[in-house]
Amino acid sequence: MGKYGWTLPVAASSYAGKIDFGIWLIHAAMLGIFVLWGAFFIYLLVKFRARPGHNAVREDHDDTPAHISVPDSISKFPFAQMLYKNKGELKSLIPDMVIMTFEVALIVFYAIPVWSSIKSSVPDTKDPVRVEVVAEQFGWSVHYAGPDGKLGPRKMELTHFSNPIGLDLAHPDSADDVVMGNEMRLPVDKTVLIDLLSKDVIHSFFIPEFRLKQDAVPGLSIPMWVTPNKTGKYEITCAQLCGFAHSLMRGDVFVMTQAEYDAWYQSRLATKPASAQPTNPAEAF
Amino acid sequence: MSQTYNPTAFMNNADTHSGVTNAKLGVWLFLASEIMLFATLFTSYIVLRMASSSWPWGWDVLNVPLATLNTVILITSSVTIVMAYAKAYDKDKAGFQKWMAATILLSLGFLVVKAFEYGAEFKLGIGPHTSVFYAIYFTMTGLHGIHILGGIAVNAGLLYMSSVTEHWENPLFLGRVEGAGLYWHFVDIVWIFLFPALYLL
Amino acid sequence: MAHDNHGHHELSFTERYVFSVDHKVIGLQYLITSFLFLLVGFALMGLMRWQLAFPGSPIPFFGHLFPADLAPNGVMSGEFYNSLGAMHGTIMVFLGVVPLAVGAYGNYVLPLQIGAPDMAFPRMNMMSYWTYLPGGLLMLSSFLMPGGAAQSGWTSYPPLSIINPGQTVWLLSMVILITSSLLGAINFLVTTINMRAPGMSLWRMPVFCWAQFVTSVLLLLAFPPLEAASVLQLMDRVFHTSFYLPKDLVILGKAYAGSGGGQPLLWQHLFWFLAHPEVYVLVLPPMGIVAEIIANNTRKPLHGYKTMVFSMIAIGVMSFMVWAHHMFISGMSASLSNFFLVTTMIISVPSVALMTCLVFSLKGGSIRFNVPMLFALAFIPLFAIGGLTGLPLGLTVTDIYLHDTYYVIGHFHFVVVSGSIIALMGGTYYWFPKWYGRKMNDKLGLIHFWGSVITMCGIFGPMLFMGLGGASRRLYDPTAQLHNLPVQGWNVVATYSAYLLALFQIPFIYNFFNSMWRGEKTPENPWQATTLEWACPSPPPHGNFEKTPTVYRGPYEYSVPGRKTDFWMQTDKN
Repeated sequence: MGKYGWTLPVAASSYAGKIDFGIWLIHAAMLGIFVLWGAFFIYLLVKFRARPGHNAVREDHDDTPAHISVPDSISKFPFAQMLYKNKGELKSLIPDMVIMTFEVALIVFYAIPVWSSIKSSVPDTKDPVRVEVVAEQFGWSVHYAGPDGKLGPRKMELTHFSNPIGLDLAHPDSADDVVMGNEMRLPVDKTVLIDLLSKDVIHSFFIPEFRLKQDAVPGLSIPMWVTPNKTGKYEITCAQLCGFAHSLMRGDVFVMTQAEYDAWYQSRLATKPASAQPTNPAEAF
Repeated sequence: MSQTYNPTAFMNNADTHSGVTNAKLGVWLFLASEIMLFATLFTSYIVLRMASSSWPWGWDVLNVPLATLNTVILITSSVTIVMAYAKAYDKDKAGFQKWMAATILLSLGFLVVKAFEYGAEFKLGIGPHTSVFYAIYFTMTGLHGIHILGGIAVNAGLLYMSSVTEHWENPLFLGRVEGAGLYWHFVDIVWIFLFPALYLL
Repeated sequence: MAHDNHGHHELSFTERYVFSVDHKVIGLQYLITSFLFLLVGFALMGLMRWQLAFPGSPIPFFGHLFPADLAPNGVMSGEFYNSLGAMHGTIMVFLGVVPLAVGAYGNYVLPLQIGAPDMAFPRMNMMSYWTYLPGGLLMLSSFLMPGGAAQSGWTSYPPLSIINPGQTVWLLSMVILITSSLLGAINFLVTTINMRAPGMSLWRMPVFCWAQFVTSVLLLLAFPPLEAASVLQLMDRVFHTSFYLPKDLVILGKAYAGSGGGQPLLWQHLFWFLAHPEVYVLVLPPMGIVAEIIANNTRKPLHGYKTMVFSMIAIGVMSFMVWAHHMFISGMSASLSNFFLVTTMIISVPSVALMTCLVFSLKGGSIRFNVPMLFALAFIPLFAIGGLTGLPLGLTVTDIYLHDTYYVIGHFHFVVVSGSIIALMGGTYYWFPKWYGRKMNDKLGLIHFWGSVITMCGIFGPMLFMGLGGASRRLYDPTAQLHNLPVQGWNVVATYSAYLLALFQIPFIYNFFNSMWRGEKTPENPWQATTLEWACPSPPPHGNFEKTPTVYRGPYEYSVPGRKTDFWMQTDKN
């Protein structure tokens, strides 16, 4: 593994390709703009350098535009007249128009549709994996809803080091729930619905390989989704400064086949403690 | 360099590009920034209230009669400061001092009433930490109170200056009274918005 | 107080150099102070860069000078790293670049360029500096206070900023600094509106004055919201209110005692409502400086003076409507993001127009490559990199990946350091003859220029690649996260470039102070410029002009056909 990577990490989710497309497209455009302008810039510097016998030449519009006569056809329209008289100066808006057209196209055909497909709507899948991710200083708890698709309720007063998210284990919805610390296992090619929460400060849930990033804000439960499409081991990191051990706040994501995932989930359920609930909730603090 | 240079000369000069003295323009710009300050607080108030699950009604938890009294006091003080300005304009020193003193007394009265309100709340153990409503209530009225204090300081300064002949006869004096008056009206208007927002709605 | 007539008595040393009401002295006070703060902010960065390149190894030379709680065994702690980060950002933005761009250049040059004898409120001007300095020193002193300096980044997002130590002093000094810049902004606006010399209509003002004017409006209207937001955060910290704290926080296993009911995102909205206009405060005055230098050294009028001015005004207005593009992934509503996406693309239009005008201005010129001109020319491509890399960050979809990565850091450092600071340094070389009647040394200037430009690219270029690799910002130990390992080498490149950049500032500092006393003496108008600041002696006396100048024409009348000289000063009747 080299130490001077030039490019994006592997793309491992269904929408990663769409995001990468935008990144590459914009960078290609940026490079094009920069090279063209750069060449023009250097050409100007060389051509118009001060040297004996070379004098600066003013542009037409540098002298009073009042003297510029206006064609009769627009003599009735003051605004058109003003534009006409300043047309020398308005040349500088031509590159602007080109860039603006590119930007409008980007917004209309790329940014808005892709953004809403990623952030505002959830793909219509039956039987998604439902997960709740609770961030805290300095780790992630991944709470699986299990086969019933229902997340067990959480209660703040049950929070305990053995039950970091305060899951109410007595509740029937919690029966098939599993809570993992800093570890997330997902079946490949299956949509995962994630509710993102935070217990304390703002964190940001970032899986570079999924091109997935979302701030976790205390007091809010933020829905997001992802469909991993490559098996492998990836990384969850915190992208928002969350305190002195911010850089240590990480976890692993394992994307596995459905069969492997099911087997793993069953093994977790089997080893799940009967009740991790403290007998006296007051001791939690 | 034999040139005489008097930086304050430009404060005298109404013959500026805008036709307004520097001092007056400065006060207006200052008020623009003050508007942004209070607008931010009002925006925060709206955002917090919209997002809140429960929000107390001012009538239930605050002393509306006292606040109404304060509203009347402040509006009256706006009138008296205009009278003070009119007297200064007429070069009526005694009249100016009378109306300015009245303004200062009224603003002190406002603070006393406010102190009673705060006192009653503190006695019940209520403070900014009690809820977001009280947090915004104490912050906004407190900041407004600080602005009142600032106004009192300025007005008292002008009252003192009017007793010194040198200042009273200074052509800048009227402009200063006008600036103080503009500021005082602003403080008054902030209260006109605060009162319904916190107490009535 | 209305009667102290400064011409009538000799000023004491204190009156002349310390509590001076002369805009020129205040401008130089700002200049020296803000350059010093830039150095301090840079030094903090130097420490951080060591940790980033070589995480966990003791800081060489200085490591053991720090108290054990900050840097046990010479290795900096996570808390100390976060303090350095927060203070680096705060110092660079609020104590370095803004006071340099506005306080120093604005103060010194603006009254001269519009033909005013001083600022509208000279005493307020002095107060502005004397609130800035204590505010800045208070900010610095927070390193020595129990709990250390603020640790929540210069953005101070709650709830972290409310539970972290050090933040109270940060907030207090921010309130002081905001007061200082409000005093300055009012002063600049009144001066520009009221105190222009006869004949100096708004459309004859140099671009630099327009830039300062728009900047002052931004400062006046954008800073009070941050002041209000800081007051609310101060209340949260000192009086335990919950403006920014929701219910049921559990901090490191302990329930947080507070009423709850607040909104963490409220701060972000209020903060960015200031901080986006603030970006243009950082950029517009340097752009004005670049415009001045380019017009002067191409010996022709700027291409599109009006376009530039209207673009600046448009940027000023639009900058109040783009703030939430910093918050695309903050949990804000997704449709709101689309709105800010559109406004962000709109604001790029006047920005591109400004850059286009600067490049087109070269066409037809007779370009002199002197030291200030080199800085101004370097500004164009380097700032363009900064501007272009803003594009994928302003676009919602690509921002999902690039947000909060090193790409952001690279982007805004290209804008502010190799853009603004390069232009501001160019301004020093350009106006130095006006300040001291002497010229800065060209050879040292060339060393400083090439050294700075190349090493800046060496620092910020790698950051773009690190960002593409997915490296998050503000990581105390980047190697703790596996996906950073493939780009960790770039951190080493950036670190060594930063140390080289520091070395290349030595010729500048030496040149500055050496030229002050021993530089080559220059005439009143060494650059053969047209604007008013060159129509008075160097350095200008108290009161600036011998007699009030009259202005007869626009700011950049160079190479007018049929004239003996290729420059036609604004004050020359014919």
